[in-house]
Parts: sequence; structure tokens; C-alpha cells
Amino acid sequence: MVLSAGDKANVKAAFSKIGGQAEEYGADALERMFTTYPQTKTYFPHFDLGKGSAQVKGHGKKVAAALVEAANNIDDIAGALSKLSDLHAQKLRVDPVNFKLLGQCFLVVVATRNPSLLTPEVHASLDKFLCAVGTVLTAKYR
Amino acid sequence: MVHWTAEEKQLIASVWGKVSVEQCGAEALARLLIVYPWTQRFFSSFGNLSSPTAIISNPKVRAHGKKVLTSFGEAIKNLDNLKGTYCKLSELHCDKLHVDPENFRLLGDILVIVLAAHFTKDFTPACQATWQKLVGVVAHALAHKYH
Repeated sequence: MVLSAGDKANVKAAFSKIGGQAEEYGADALERMFTTYPQTKTYFPHFDLGKGSAQVKGHGKKVAAALVEAANNIDDIAGALSKLSDLHAQKLRVDPVNFKLLGQCFLVVVATRNPSLLTPEVHASLDKFLCAVGTVLTAKYR
Repeated sequence: MVHWTAEEKQLIASVWGKVSVEQCGAEALARLLIVYPWTQRFFSSFGNLSSPTAIISNPKVRAHGKKVLTSFGEAIKNLDNLKGTYCKLSELHCDKLHVDPENFRLLGDILVIVLAAHFTKDFTPACQATWQKLVGVVAHALAHKYH
């Protein structure tokens, strides 16, 4: 699955519109993921996962920053996220299926917070982008 | 059998009560065909699916989307017997339509996003969780008679 020029433009434009709210989007996506897919909480036994948790907010900020970084380096996502890819392979070892779950929640967050942004075309491009990020993060698993 | 809490039933009913089955159904099916273009394989008789614009305005897509979501409405009326409700449709999708059940999961995810865009902040995490559960059990019921 390859990101077309159109996809890249859509993703860059989307993140540009999301702008400084990316951190909130990240936190919101995580909260939704933990609520909707409780099995994802198993990766965070050391976190307070209650509503408004500062740890979840902080982690959402990290996740969002990584997505923004990937969007800003969309011609070389693997390069941009190389260290994160190592981290997930060696230390975190989050099962690959979970990246799709977080991706779904991120799209839901965009839909709830900025529905006009999520045209069918942008929806398709963002979905592809999130898949690509997941693929990069799990690329070194074995 | 799937267990639904009173809160979940409430969240399902309150969302469904405000949904235009025709509009949501059309949008969900169109987005499925756009976001996951390989799903177009089931709709070669639908005419022009050559671009997002063509897909969105395609009358067969709109009609079929409405049909699919109307059927979803039946599920909501029969939350305690989804397998029974979808028994015949499951057989149809397996034996005649030859649809990989993965497609039901894809459509379910798309429907959740369509609802999220429609309801925005009212589509709370609890609401999303309930609806992801619902689309998941519907997909499961539709796959149940596969052999």
C-alpha cells in the first residue's frame, strides 16, 4: 500500500488544520481506545487510566507528536519513525493488531472534532497513512 | 448470547432515533467503496464507481446503502436475538453473494466514523464503545452461518 501524491497532500493538509490541537486529538484517541477496546489497557498497567488522567494526556501528546512527525516527513515515514520502530520491536512489543484499533479511534476523533475535514477522500488518505505508520512501527518485529 | 446493559441499549436507541437511515446508509456504503476500494469487487453491476464523486452520487450505491442500514435497524429491534435475525442474510452472504465476513467489520468501522461525524461531541467514548460493540456483534451474526 503506497501513499499517492494526493494522499500525501491530504494528510499534510489535515494535520495542518488540526494544528496545535493534535495533542488533544492524541489524548482523546487513547481514551476512546481504552474505553472501546479494553484489551488495549493491558499495555498500560502502570498508568492511571481514569478519566482526565494526566498520564493518558501526556501519552496522547507523544502519540500525536509522532503522527505529526510522520506527516511532516511523509516521503520517508520509516526514516522519521525509525527510533520509535526500534522501541516498539525491542521493548514495547505491542501486538500489531492494536495499531488498527488506535487508528480507528483517531479517525473517530477527527470525525467528532472536525467532521468537515473528514471528506471521503481525506478519510481514505488518513486511513492509509495510519496503516502506513502502524506498518513502520511493527516492521522490525521479526 | 450478547449481553447489553441498560446504558448500552439507551446509547443505541438515542443515536438510532436521530439517524437518517437513507443518508447514513448511503454515506457509509460510499465511504466503504472509497476508503477500501477492493470492496468494489462485489458491485460490478453498479455502474460508475470510477471516482469518489461518482461513487457518492451513484444511485445504486445510495439505494443499497439504505437497504443495508435498514437491515441494521432490524438488528437494533432484536438485540437479544441477532443470530436469529440474521440467519437468512448470513446464508445469503455466504452461499450466493460470497462476501468475506471481514467486509462486515470494515463496514462497521466506517459506520462508526459516519455516526461520529454526524453526532460530533455527543458521540462520547461510551457511545463509540457501545456502537463498536454493536457493529462487531452484527458482523459476527452475519458471519455465523458461513460454512
